[in-house]
Amino acid sequence: MERKRMSNTGELGYLFDWVESVQVKVRELVGEWKDREGNLIMILHAIQNEFGYVPRGVANELAKELGISLARIYEVITFYHYFRLVPPGQHNVQVCTGTACYLKGSSELIEELEKRLGVTEGEALPDSEFHLETVRCIGCCGMAPAIVIDGETHGRLCQKDVAGILENQRRGKRV
Amino acid sequence: MKVLKASDIREYAQSGTEKGPWIRVGMDTGGIAAGAKAVYEALVEAREEAGASIRIEKVGSLGLAYADPVVVFQCESGPPVVFGSMNPDSARELIANHCRKGVLLEDRVMASRDRGESLEGGEQLAILVKDTSAGKHGDRTEFFQQMIQDELDFYGLKSTIRVYRALDMGLYNKGVCLQLLPSRVTYGGVSGPDIRHIIKESLRGGTILEDLLVRGSDPQERIVLRNCGQIDPDSIESYLRADGYSGLVRSLTEMTPEEVIEELKVSGLRGRGGAGFPTWIKWSKTREPQADRKFVICNADEGDPGAFMDRSVLEGDPHAVLEGLMLSAYAIGADKGFFYIRAEYPLAVERVQRAIDQAREAGLLGENILGTDFSFDAEVRLGAGAFVCGEETALIASIEGRRGSPEPRPPYPSVKGLWGKPTSINNVETLAAASAILEKGGAWYSGFGTEKSRGTKVFAVTGKVRNSQLVEVPMGIPIRTIIEDICGGAGTESPIKAVQTGGPSGGVIPLQHMDTAVSYESLQSLGSIMGSGGMLVMDEKDCMVDVAKFYLNFCVDESCGKCAPCRVGGFQMLQLLEKIHSGEGSMDDIEAIRQICRCMQTASLCGLGQTAPNPVLSTLKYFNNEYIALIEKDKPLAKAGLDLSEEGASW
Ligand SMILES: Cc1cc2nc3c(=O)[nH]c(=O)nc-3n(C[C@H](O)[C@H](O)[C@H](O)COP(=O)(O)O)c2cc1C
Ligand code: FES
Repeated sequence: MERKRMSNTGELGYLFDWVESVQVKVRELVGEWKDREGNLIMILHAIQNEFGYVPRGVANELAKELGISLARIYEVITFYHYFRLVPPGQHNVQVCTGTACYLKGSSELIEELEKRLGVTEGEALPDSEFHLETVRCIGCCGMAPAIVIDGETHGRLCQKDVAGILENQRRGKRV
Repeated sequence: MKVLKASDIREYAQSGTEKGPWIRVGMDTGGIAAGAKAVYEALVEAREEAGASIRIEKVGSLGLAYADPVVVFQCESGPPVVFGSMNPDSARELIANHCRKGVLLEDRVMASRDRGESLEGGEQLAILVKDTSAGKHGDRTEFFQQMIQDELDFYGLKSTIRVYRALDMGLYNKGVCLQLLPSRVTYGGVSGPDIRHIIKESLRGGTILEDLLVRGSDPQERIVLRNCGQIDPDSIESYLRADGYSGLVRSLTEMTPEEVIEELKVSGLRGRGGAGFPTWIKWSKTREPQADRKFVICNADEGDPGAFMDRSVLEGDPHAVLEGLMLSAYAIGADKGFFYIRAEYPLAVERVQRAIDQAREAGLLGENILGTDFSFDAEVRLGAGAFVCGEETALIASIEGRRGSPEPRPPYPSVKGLWGKPTSINNVETLAAASAILEKGGAWYSGFGTEKSRGTKVFAVTGKVRNSQLVEVPMGIPIRTIIEDICGGAGTESPIKAVQTGGPSGGVIPLQHMDTAVSYESLQSLGSIMGSGGMLVMDEKDCMVDVAKFYLNFCVDESCGKCAPCRVGGFQMLQLLEKIHSGEGSMDDIEAIRQICRCMQTASLCGLGQTAPNPVLSTLKYFNNEYIALIEKDKPLAKAGLDLSEEGASW
């Protein structure tokens, strides 16, 4: 979410603006789902699509909006691997660790990525350029080992391909 | 699209697919990852430049993952030709040369699996050649290409018949193979002197050389995959033209729900999601209870790592699955259905959503479908990366917006399912088969397969295999046929050691059992299961203790933690396996592992914990020598390259 300029009420004003904009956004995301049964996971997906993760403030607003406890929301977020509680990096690198990819050397890809990115898998550095995580089978097992960067799948990789892919992604975003 | 009447749907089915020329580009997630989008764009661009009038269609995957991106070309005449490993340059070449001058693409053209046995009906225009011998040293393709060319020259045929190196012949370890086009007559085990015979007698004389002829086509049978790679998954018209929704029309207008269930019974279809429960029983059990509401769910969670059948069907033919879901709803009396799709499959989600929207617009979803009393609607719900949510009760909890914790059964979902109402849950493949069954009849379907395992099964063959791909075969076919004849055998220098089936709930099948016929029963008797259909090929470099550890690690990570046998047992067992793997283990640890396995199998709450020991037990059964080697010699047998032929003591 974009940080709003400081209003003349100073820090506090900024906070009010922020809270208000979160409320508006949450209401918008809850929108069509509000009165549907079993909506929580779908709403969390919408929130994560919007923010890249589920910020605590947003979860709080969501609890109010749906009239359920915050604990119930966290119970769900923490159960499912897909939901994040911390912001991802600018670029998201997901390495498949499914069986086909594992047999074909996904561990070597992870090693290489960790070396090049200076982060370990699952670790999130705030504002870091790349976010490295592992996923369970992305269904491209025919092209194992595979990774997904920012939603784009690359298959049939070997260790030496990693540098090039990262470089392309870096450049792609700068243009 | 306007609201369709039953007669409109019949008309579409009769109009058939649009005539050529056309080009189809496989645009599923795999194809796209391999560069299919760029190929598609290059094709369109080249077509515009050439001013040619060829339809270029985006389709799902033909299943040939190893050859992605795959393009199929249908000229004005002749059979469609498949090209693999395409790139933008070869795409442009395809338009410039194949389309205009009938020239095929060297090293990209793939031989037809549908092999001819007669040369009647016209001149041969091309010869595909490939040396299919194993190993790098045996590659004499180019040599033979030259030899054929010289020979053709000798007979003055050089300008009429062209010779191409094929990317793939669909034949493996059969020496040099040739395919004549357009007849598709295929010769195998061809030696130098045979070339003259083939040209003299077959090409000029028009006779078949019986001793070289490769008879019979590919053993595959495409029922679930019938439309994948053939139709545009984003177009309902495309599905309608392929006889789509005619099973629905037939069911709604001519059959009672009981008759639909009877048709399923005749077909012998069993659930393709793993357990193999007869589909008709599930449907009638859900039909029985009285309730104000009932639900149907398509289980598209496909959590089994190494499997991509369901993704391919959802991306290649979403309407077929939707039609299957509607049929199940009609049979049991449900008015609402859900597709539970994993979020890791965004393209599948997009295509299913579009299919639902299109069907709604065409009046196939909503109130009084096709003017009958049947009303039904469907929506998509996303998974969120939890394997256990593939289990029925956990899946229900997830759709209800809760943690995906399984519940003890009974009561089964057919009695008390989604929001407490009777619910029927079926796998993607089961539903796609159901729509084919209602179109063509249960008796037709039961003509495939074995006595107890009817029909066909889709397998995703990956790992250390030459051609990773999807195959759909009649049940009862030997595993060896799938791995060796269809997929080309070992993909590495190292020989194949085992095939793992059934994913984390399954087990390994060692080489000596490779001739087993695939069926629910046979795989189970070997200590594995059919599961959803992943087949992972492992070679001698793969350490089986490591493989067992991998699967167990997966189950420990994915356990919902609700019951102790699974939560505690899995963790303890993993530690023991790690101990053995690091060379610190003792024989007592193996006994302890066996005890934990028994406990998990009998006392776990859901299928995850009950089956998690399977990979461990089956590796212990067939590869105990690798465990022993690690315990006694501190060395992984597989990686240390020790003699694998020695069979360890049996446990
Ligand atoms: C841990 C676990 C995971 C499962 N995952 C899936 C899955 O991803 N897809 C699926 O169709 N069935 C899965 N199943 C099997 C389903 O629970 C269920 O049996 C199946 O969807 C029923 O459909 P069918 O009768 O058409 O096979 C899983 C079962 C267990 C115990
Ligand atoms: S195992 Fe990696 S994509 Fe399936």
